[in-house]
Amino acid sequence: MRRRYTVASAMVGAVALMTLAGCTTDPSVTDSSEAPESSEEASVEWFDQALFDKQNAERTVVPEGPEGQPWLQTINAELVDTAQYASTGAKKACFANASISNPWRQTGWITMNQQLKVLQDAGVISAMETRDAQDSDDTQIADIDYFINEGNCDIFLISPNSTAAMTPAVERACDTGKPVVVFDRGVQTDCPVTFIHPIGGFAWGIDTAEFLIDNLEQGDKVVALRILPGVDVLEQRWAAAEKLFDEAGIDAVDYFTGADPAEIKKIISDELAKGDVKGIWMDAGDGAVAAIEAFEDAGADYPVMTGEDEMSFLRKWKETGLTGLAPVYSNFQWRTPLLAAQKIFAGEQVPAEWVLPQSPITAEEVDGYLALNEGMPDGHYAKFGGEDLPGYPQVWEDRVVP
Amino acid sequence: MTAATELRPSVGQRLAGLARTLISPRGAVFLLLVVLLVAIAALNPSFAEPSQFIRFIQRVAPVAIVAIGQYFVIVGGEFDLSMGSVVTAQVVIAGNLIGQDEAKALPVLALMLGFGALIGLVNGLIVSFLKVPSFIVTLGMMLALLGAVLYWTGGAATGNPADGFREIGRGGIRGIPVIDILPWSVVILVVVLALAVWFAKRPFGRTIIALGDNPTTARFSGTRSWWVKTSTFMISSLSATVAGVLLVGYAGVHPSVGRGYEFTAITAVVLGGVVLGGGRGWVVAAAAGAFALEALFTLLNFAGVPSTYRDAVQGAIIILAVAYSATTFRARRRGRALEAPAGQSPGTPPPQAAPETSPASGAKTDDSPETPATPAPIPSTQRADNETKGGS
Repeated sequence: MRRRYTVASAMVGAVALMTLAGCTTDPSVTDSSEAPESSEEASVEWFDQALFDKQNAERTVVPEGPEGQPWLQTINAELVDTAQYASTGAKKACFANASISNPWRQTGWITMNQQLKVLQDAGVISAMETRDAQDSDDTQIADIDYFINEGNCDIFLISPNSTAAMTPAVERACDTGKPVVVFDRGVQTDCPVTFIHPIGGFAWGIDTAEFLIDNLEQGDKVVALRILPGVDVLEQRWAAAEKLFDEAGIDAVDYFTGADPAEIKKIISDELAKGDVKGIWMDAGDGAVAAIEAFEDAGADYPVMTGEDEMSFLRKWKETGLTGLAPVYSNFQWRTPLLAAQKIFAGEQVPAEWVLPQSPITAEEVDGYLALNEGMPDGHYAKFGGEDLPGYPQVWEDRVVP
Repeated sequence: MTAATELRPSVGQRLAGLARTLISPRGAVFLLLVVLLVAIAALNPSFAEPSQFIRFIQRVAPVAIVAIGQYFVIVGGEFDLSMGSVVTAQVVIAGNLIGQDEAKALPVLALMLGFGALIGLVNGLIVSFLKVPSFIVTLGMMLALLGAVLYWTGGAATGNPADGFREIGRGGIRGIPVIDILPWSVVILVVVLALAVWFAKRPFGRTIIALGDNPTTARFSGTRSWWVKTSTFMISSLSATVAGVLLVGYAGVHPSVGRGYEFTAITAVVLGGVVLGGGRGWVVAAAAGAFALEALFTLLNFAGVPSTYRDAVQGAIIILAVAYSATTFRARRRGRALEAPAGQSPGTPPPQAAPETSPASGAKTDDSPETPATPAPIPSTQRADNETKGGS
């Protein structure tokens, strides 16, 4: 009896300390091999001047492609030939998904399934077998290997959980000789036929930081709310913003929140107790409402704020009339992989790196997006790009997650 | 004659007693709390303003209430690891079922309380009758609840419930002089704490401690262990439910609300000098442990510790604090017999308790006749027993 308690106490103690010490076992997309050792090195490590310049330039490029269908548009595309994959008949797609554990991925996943229906009706895709890795690298590697060995797949669609860990598995998929399409987060190999993604994290960081700098004075305080460390797309957002804040003399301080609204509220309350907070910068919009409420509860003036195109933020933005910007990590990219598959099987050229447009929602545009998405739930993303798909708007309103 | 002098100690003795209490584990947490609060106020004087301070209490209220619930389970000799996910589940239930319809607030609140009690009942019955260690049962319950929440929401927020319902955690009585606003959370915390203190002093509350101290003697003394144990789990699940209601108001609906609360609560309870394994501890100290933890987090915010190694600093300080409370415990056990906190057991003359502590080896057999008779919060005989436990 007593012995049991000793062991149990030790276990509880150990786990409690681990948790409190921040080793949150939430594996979502963190890649320990890439996780930086210390903050000083981190900001240097994640900042990549070449990529920064590339994405900065891409922000102003007018995308090519069909008008009104941003999910088919491309920026600075270098086309590759896909004639060797040309083939008739309905094909089976195999989709290794990192997770659907946040509202952004859920919205995209719903859109993707509606796009699938269109392509099934058109006789392009026979079926899509999907495996959800639930934010685990190991699971996703196993998923990809299962697809390779037993999936009977004609094409692999992969949304990697993390960059480095997924690279060998993606290479194994490429070795089968079948087309591989990677989207959202990247991998460290160019073996896939196409890698689909919006412009990227640096562009997000530049858009948001420039907006805050334009609307604030030198020396003003900005609180940066970040979801978690170690994910390239998120780290790049902050790396760009931090650099620009530094250069502009904005006093920016960053926190990791895990998107937990209680945590966000505490952080803002503490910062407001310390002194005026003029701006809020977020690397993702989840929890934006809690941040704004913290200002309301403290009786402070609304900050200048950048959130995301999540409906909860757009609605609160409109309601409070604050000075805001909603950066966008284009959710409509979830349509593109299946459409790319269609092009590949038709033998049409696709861009080796398919850069999709990514432009923030500004104060002038917000009313339009609010009206367009009126019945959508708070976790919906305004630029989901599914308005012309079957089931619109019911499927998105009811959050029919397949 | 001696009794009379003991009842009226001199000022010096009182001060010495107070000092001793403050460095004892039971008091250490209060000392730590005061040190942390003073440090925060020194870094940021506006924190000490009543209107700011009351906001601090408001925000600690959910954690403190969870710690109070966890106290009863721990002092009864078990663990409840499911508390955090109960909080999460309740938050999601409130968000999904109430929606924007304020009329549903009361029925859903009743449903939530019923659900909380049910979770505790299931935990308690499995621990009591299937003899599964609570560590495993509640770990399983934690995963089951998190899985259910994930299934229900797909892992994403669904939208906040009606503002009227959120007022419980977010609003308060406004227009009060000095403190400006008296948040409902603070009122609820005070009520919960008062109930807990009262309950802990009732025979049933003392039975919980006796059961945690020595289940065998508790059983021989006629305790219905299964019911006592089950009720501690129900108390903890219900307190998690109350915390969930406050958090929905304070923060809003998100599947990450409540994450890690079980460990925060356990750490708070241990910081409050409550012994893991049961049998000793004071509920007020457990609540103070929650305040000390949150004060520590706030201090790190104010001190501007960079986010990347903030967690490491937090962890180190918590280890030191818990280690301190553990070592003072041991030191005191070897040294003085009993610090006899005034008001706790005034009827027990210290000299009687003193000789029992020294023969540590024979403690186990000495227990049986002693414990059921005086299931006080700090039965001296148990110390030796606990020492062997800690040392092995």
